[in-house]
Amino acid sequence: MSGTTAFPNMSLPRRAWEIRRKAVRMGEVQGQGYVGQALGIADVLAVSYFHALHHRPDDPEWEGRDRFLLSIGHYAIALYAALIEAGILPEAELETYGGDDSRLPMSGMAAYTPGMEITGGSLGQGLGIGVGMALGLRAKGNPAFVYNLMSDGELGEGSTWEAAMSAAHHKLGNLICIVDFNDQQADGKSTEMLCAEPLHDKWAAFGWHVQRVDGNDIPALVAAFDAARNLAEARPRVIICDTVMCKGVPFLEAREITHFVRVEADEWQKALAVLDATKPE
Amino acid sequence: MTTRSTYDPHRKWQPRQPGTGSGKTSAMIASLDAEGYESVGAPFGHALVAAAKVDPRIVGLTADLSKYTDLHVFAQAFPDRFYQMGMAEQVMISAAAGMAREGFIPFATTYAVFASRRAYDFIAMAIAEENLPVKIVCALPGLTTGYGPSHQATEDLAIFRGLPNLTIVDPCDAIDVAEAVPALVAHDGPVYMRLPRGKVPSVLRAHDPDYRFELGRARLIRDGSDALVISSGFMTMRALDAAAELERHGVSVAVLHCPTIKPLDTETILAEARKGGRLVVTAENHTRVGGLGEAVAATLLTNGVAPTFRMIGLPDQFLDAGALPTLHDRYGISTRAIARQLRGWL
Repeated sequence: MSGTTAFPNMSLPRRAWEIRRKAVRMGEVQGQGYVGQALGIADVLAVSYFHALHHRPDDPEWEGRDRFLLSIGHYAIALYAALIEAGILPEAELETYGGDDSRLPMSGMAAYTPGMEITGGSLGQGLGIGVGMALGLRAKGNPAFVYNLMSDGELGEGSTWEAAMSAAHHKLGNLICIVDFNDQQADGKSTEMLCAEPLHDKWAAFGWHVQRVDGNDIPALVAAFDAARNLAEARPRVIICDTVMCKGVPFLEAREITHFVRVEADEWQKALAVLDATKPE
Repeated sequence: MTTRSTYDPHRKWQPRQPGTGSGKTSAMIASLDAEGYESVGAPFGHALVAAAKVDPRIVGLTADLSKYTDLHVFAQAFPDRFYQMGMAEQVMISAAAGMAREGFIPFATTYAVFASRRAYDFIAMAIAEENLPVKIVCALPGLTTGYGPSHQATEDLAIFRGLPNLTIVDPCDAIDVAEAVPALVAHDGPVYMRLPRGKVPSVLRAHDPDYRFELGRARLIRDGSDALVISSGFMTMRALDAAAELERHGVSVAVLHCPTIKPLDTETILAEARKGGRLVVTAENHTRVGGLGEAVAATLLTNGVAPTFRMIGLPDQFLDAGALPTLHDRYGISTRAIARQLRGWL
């Protein structure tokens, strides 16, 4: 990480907590949102933006930056929280989340938001775009990495596997894919919709370096991100992150339907109170 | 116990007449030379090499069809700037988008059916919505193969016309293709171009020595007083040949070549259509649904211009397999079928 981020010595657990809190605040503003995913992926985003990625908050299009692609457009609420925490977006803007003429639409789009590299949302597109960016960076002699964050639901899209095969074929050692495995999609558990297991073996068979970690365990994530980045082999790397939807707010974690978790009007403040009671140093 | 077969051979396609064995299926490599014009080999590939020599941003990608889209010429000249993506159109298009994001100008090639049908969402979201300068160049547009509907892109223009930001080019001949390439590079946005490949005839300058391809512009190649044909792609060649034939019968036909389908050169089209007294006919190598004909019709009507209007194009059907000359005759897009239709309407 480089550049100027506020409170450079803040711990990663605290960064993750800040991301969670901002995401819940945006959910409160709009009265809805994919907060379950945001709470679940907050630790991954904290490690990404405050440990792994080379970026400059004051210049989100710096040529030397690592590219972070949000294939899952509906996770935008989580990425906005991370971009605010990283100083790329002003905090006051979270009050506009999902509103008319906001730069923070509910599904992430490159044209709207500083720091949003691609337009995700039509699931299964990010990894293929990442293949092209990784090819382009290599052709330019640019040592930056491409990180693509995708969901377990996207493993059902055939284009994901075209891209996976392509990345290995082209020996893209500058491509790191992060799979958020929360086992939830619109109609229920991902493993019951179109099961992608055994996932480790599948990615390995496609020629990738594979790690599977607890995506809510920050030290484990740091180790996995470091290993992915430092691998000497010229092949793409995937980190499968098993995460818990709504992590950090137990009364929401307990809900059965968490893909578009229903949060009552009075529960946003309750969720914030739960977070505030567990604020890390 | 034996069960009687319920197989009914008549459920299969029935020939119009007992097979005569005449005609030969036109393969994927079919090109449209030998219709009385000189031809040029692989004009797209050579034009791309020329453009790439002066612009290092140009890269080429294909989905296992470099040889059949003339991109092999570029691949041989610039092996380090050529990306073989395999038979995987979705990742080819996505990767082209990614390379455009990194500052390159990717030319991505496949067949028109595969780009329009299989890779549509990727073209829409990764390229068009982002207004990225990816040039999608596709062989076998419309009815240019006898392989049947799996390879006949009879509705590609209809599919792509609805996409905002996307420029659509339907070149007629080798001159159009060669001059379109630098125009596509200069245009800072996405383009879909239909590609005549292999031996491509040089048609337009034989009729109009001053002809130049201009992106977004239509050009009157020949004037006439009885009918105005507005055409694109090889249908301009056919319209010019039909016009020459009709001239011998005392019928005067003008031909307005409209190689850019979107944005349409409405100014030139309206100016020609307003001249009055002429039957206005569109001619396209595409289904009559959603292509040049309907685009011209909408232009005329919304501008209060209402000449007698007809459309020549493919029927709203999945088309037969077979030999291209047979099929072009059958579906009304051969020179003589065009002449016959025009005469019938006049």
